[in-house]
Amino acid sequence: MDSNNLFLVLGALIFVVGATGVLLRRNALIIFMCVEMMLNSVNLSLITLSRMWGNLEGQIFVFVIMAVAAAEVAIGLAILIAHNRHVRNINIETLNLLRN
Amino acid sequence: MSVFAFLIGALSLAAAIGVVVSAKPVHSALFLMANFATLAILYVLLDAQFLAAAQVIIYAGGIVILILFVIMLIGHDPADRSQQGLTRPAVASLVLGVILLVSLMLQLTGQLELGAGGGIASGGSPSAIGTELFTRFLLPFEFVAILLLVALIGALIMGRRESGDPVEEPAG
Repeated sequence: MDSNNLFLVLGALIFVVGATGVLLRRNALIIFMCVEMMLNSVNLSLITLSRMWGNLEGQIFVFVIMAVAAAEVAIGLAILIAHNRHVRNINIETLNLLRN
Repeated sequence: MSVFAFLIGALSLAAAIGVVVSAKPVHSALFLMANFATLAILYVLLDAQFLAAAQVIIYAGGIVILILFVIMLIGHDPADRSQQGLTRPAVASLVLGVILLVSLMLQLTGQLELGAGGGIASGGSPSAIGTELFTRFLLPFEFVAILLLVALIGALIMGRRESGDPVEEPAG
């Protein structure tokens, strides 16, 4: 099996594990980590495809995704801390301020 | 090289599963760091040296540390019911995960014959990436800078304590 295919399959597997984790866990921090993992698996796929096509555009895309992931983590954790200040836990089942 | 890549990939996948099944958030964060580090090794194998360094610095060095700090502040969740075994939502999420896995693999097997390509002439060295970034992709690069500035200001505003907020009592 060609090693490029190995990397594509690995990216898909990590993505599935991350998506299942988002659905499975109720702790908002672990859901965050799973989202980061999904972003990373897509990065791996993009770098592999960039190598397959023989140009650098995929790697530039990965650079932008890394910046977006950093911004997302900063904002998301700030939201979690602000939420934790009102409701004393980080279970996502308590994140229902905007319902009703 | 292929055996090495296979081993590192298996480690990475094991760390990913560890993130999902760990009971404590701290263990999840450490597994996450292992996942990021092994992926950085794979990036080196894939001609992306600059991105491997950026992966270690940004993800393993920045994001995981930030998550660890937040775990120290608020990580304890006594009402976490996701460890209560196979409840109905858990079974439903596992089934959805298997469906996603099967559909992704079906898509991939249709694409795999193009996998014979090989290598970038200049590689993903910092100079090659920098040349691309500051010539063809200059506008997206500037947008990334603005995005990071906005995220910084937004995180500051979110994290600030407002006058009406309850005063935090010391932990203990």
